[in-house]
Parts: sequence; C-alpha cells; structure tokens
Amino acid sequence: MQLPIYLDYAATTPVDPRVADKMMEYLTPTGKFGNPASRSHSFGWEAEAAVEDAREQVATLINADPKDIVWTSGATEADNLAIKGAAHFYQKKGKHLITSKTEHKAVLDTCRQLEREGFEVTYLDPEPNGLIDLNKLSDAIRKDTILVSLMHVNNEIGVIADIAAIGELTRSKGVIFHVDAAQSTGKVAIDVENMQVDLISMSAHKTYGPKGIGALYVRRKPRVRIEAQLHGGGHERGMRSGTLATHQIVGMGEAFRLAKLEMVEENARLLKLRNQFWNGLKDLEEIYLNGDEEHRVSGNLNVSFAFVEGESLIMALKELAVSSGSACTSASLEPSYVLRAIGRPDELAHSSIRFSFGRFTTEEEIAYAIPLIRDKIAKLRALSPLWDMYKEGIDLNAIKWDSH
Amino acid sequence: MAYSNQVLDHYENPRNVGVLDKDDQNVGTGMVGAPACGDVMRLQIRVNNDGIIEEAKFKTYGCGSAIASSSLLTEWVMGKTLEEAAKIKNTELAEELALPPVKIHCSVLAESAIKAAIKDFQDKQANS
Repeated sequence: MQLPIYLDYAATTPVDPRVADKMMEYLTPTGKFGNPASRSHSFGWEAEAAVEDAREQVATLINADPKDIVWTSGATEADNLAIKGAAHFYQKKGKHLITSKTEHKAVLDTCRQLEREGFEVTYLDPEPNGLIDLNKLSDAIRKDTILVSLMHVNNEIGVIADIAAIGELTRSKGVIFHVDAAQSTGKVAIDVENMQVDLISMSAHKTYGPKGIGALYVRRKPRVRIEAQLHGGGHERGMRSGTLATHQIVGMGEAFRLAKLEMVEENARLLKLRNQFWNGLKDLEEIYLNGDEEHRVSGNLNVSFAFVEGESLIMALKELAVSSGSACTSASLEPSYVLRAIGRPDELAHSSIRFSFGRFTTEEEIAYAIPLIRDKIAKLRALSPLWDMYKEGIDLNAIKWDSH
Repeated sequence: MAYSNQVLDHYENPRNVGVLDKDDQNVGTGMVGAPACGDVMRLQIRVNNDGIIEEAKFKTYGCGSAIASSSLLTEWVMGKTLEEAAKIKNTELAEELALPPVKIHCSVLAESAIKAAIKDFQDKQANS
C-alpha cells in the first residue's frame, strides 16, 4: 500500500491504464496523429474514424444518438455552451432561467454572467437532504422560463437527483432541461430518452479519462438549438469550433466504454468500501453525514466532525488525500456554500471533509484510514476549547461570540 | 497550501495545551474568535505576585496556523510581565511562523487572545 492514500476521486480520477494505452496510439509519428478534419489523406481519415468511434462510445453510455454529441474541453465549457448557448438562442421567447444554489460554479457563474446580460435567474433552495423539491421547481417555472439547469450528482455531497421526474416536468411545460452530469457518468445510469433531458454536460476526467476533454449532448429530436460560444472552423456542426484533440477524445471514448461495461460491478464494490468506512466511523460522537444517506453515489461520503476545524483535520490526515469540499473552492477560507445551502450551520460547514472513493481504492486502504481518522479526531478534540465546552454541557449557540 | 516548518512543528507538537482553573483569582482567561468563522482560541495565564506570567495554557479550534499561533504565544508570554506580554504584536508571531497572507488573521486572533486574558486577570484583581 502506498501513502498518501488517494480519497479524492470526486476532484479527479487517474486515467485508467487501459485508457492511457489507447491514447498513446494517437500521438507519435508512428501513431494515428492526423487532424480529424483533414479530408485529403489517410492520416485525417483514420483520426476521424477514431473520433467517431469515441463519439459512439460516449453516446452509448447515455443512450443517445452519436450525432447529438459535441466535443468540448470539459464539463465547464459544456455548461457554458449549454446555458449561454440556449439562453442566447431562445431569448426572444423569454429571459428567465432556473437553477439551484448547490450547482457547480461552472453553472452558477455562467448564470451570474447571464444576469449581467439582462436575464433573470431563480436559484432554488435544496431541501436539507440536498435534493430539489419537485413542487418548488414546478412553482418556479413561469411563462418566460426558457431553461432549467440542475445537476445529476452533487460534487460535494454526492446526492443523486431524480432527473427523470424533473425531465417529465420540464418537457410537459415546454422548458429546455440541462443537466450537469460531470459527477454521474459511470456512477449512475443515464438514459436521455427515459429522462427527457435536452442538454447534458460531461467530463472525461471524473470517469478515469484524461483532463481537458468533455462533451455536451444536444438533443436533435425534438430539436434543441444553441448559439455557438467559440467561433472558427465550424467544427462540431458549427456549435464548437477548434481542432479536435484526437487522443483526448479517444481517451474519453474508451473511458466511457469501460464505464458502461463495469459500472454495476464497480458500484457494488464501492458501496461495500463505503459501508466499511462509515461503519468504522459512525459511532464517533457528534459526527454528521451531509446529504441524503440513500440517494447518493456509492463513492462519496461527506462528513462533518463537530468541534474540529476541517483544514486542521486535513493537515492531520496527511496520509490521506481528502478535501474540505470542492477543489475549486478549497483555496478560499469560506465554508462550503453547498453545506450552507442545505442548512448546515457555519460551524459544521467548517468541520466537513469529503471522502470520495474510486476504481483503485482498496479495502486495505480503508482499513488503514479508519483508525487514523479516529485517532486524529481525538487528538484535535483534545485541543479544542469547543469540545471542552460541549462536554461541560455548555450550549455553544447561547454564547455571544465576537465574529471577526 | 504548503505550511512552513515552524507551523508544522507547533501543529504536531503543540506546547502548553491545557486548562487552568478559570475561577482562580490569579488566572486570566481570554477566549476570542467564533465557531462560525472557523476559529476559537482560549488562552489562559497564571500570574504570580510579582506580576509575572508563570504559566500559560491554550486550546484552539481552528486551522493549523491558528493552533501554531496560539502555541507559540504561550511560549513567548511565559516569564514575561503583563506589560511585556501586552506588547507582543501579531506581526512578530506571523513572521516567526512564516504565515502566508491568508493566515495573518490567525496571528491577529492570538494577539487579541493575550490582550483578553490580561484584561480578564486585571478585572479580577480590580474587583477583589
């Protein structure tokens, strides 16, 4: 077993060696390095064939038509393209969008930008379990609502939204439905037909593919239109110009092919590991699981350890690679906006750690992590004045703290 | 974020962790910060009849830099008069621990903690 142990699969995953091998075939002079847009020679043709194979592999995972897949640089670009693209195209119809407060920044900041451009955005409050109440969503839809954007699996707390139920609602109301599926591909089954989704953002590097590549599903039947955000050579049916990164695309295709093949088995294995982990910790005093216990991906546990500050715990757990929320926000000192949005008090939000497991996590690693965490929690609580006060029966909420 | 060796040393081997009897006439207690902000420091000093801090204890809820700032502070105040201890500046703590800009507030909190402990002790003396 190697230290540190990687328990941050929600931030990124390593490239599966089988995927890396495949990618290597598309880089060097002896490989298929051609530009897929070159029509005049075999270098271009074979690269194009590889790109189209990958397109089919990605489409297959979500039961889509390969023609509906648009390559992007990742889920962030796909979110931008979907939301800005649809908003710009349909703005004559209406200028109202709906999303939730626990979306990824790639969705939230895109919506903020649209607000600056004159659109109106409703940010729904999730329930304490992290999920959106369908009735509240229904009530928020107006005559001028053009788009609903909600994530499939939350990146911090791992909860799984009922996309099919939301899709049924948005379709019946004639509103376009965009889903950020960066955290769900290969973890939860996706079927664009059953779920009645119009736009889906995907990323390769959360599913054992390379960083720097993603895709947007854009429904053609019934047709959903988006305005391009990147202009140039008119690649990807004009929706996203730029030379296609063959090796990255091949990597994403192979990663998604493996995901489809191994998802059921992998989920069962991860669930076992997660149960092993949680069973080893849950009897600790004053610890809280963040997000719904049932409706969550098998590789995620987000836990608040009361009276212990998250950053110092991460420092104490230096043999474990974990995070106190999303990697995108861990540079800031603010507690997680996701935990705040589900109603966790600031002090519990400051005390949270996200553990995420994946394809290369072993039972041995989990067995190593459990006593380590228990020991460090005990050490930090012995150092914590708040723990002393809790033990003396003092109500911390009754104290007037000087906020700084 | 990478931590300095000084922070790591104090974090892994914190000095003078503990509790003094807050009702003792010769003990001053300073508790600063707030749980919602992610750091709370409790600093306690025992002052002898010559007005010298003969013992200092702390407990801190907070990041590694907050723990290190309070640990270092307990080392510095011991053996000092109240007047000398009150002169300790957060910048000196920050410099000794090589705190990055985003962690300067930890040293500010430590300075507030010793000032609050001294005030608590002096209030007790005045009321006795």
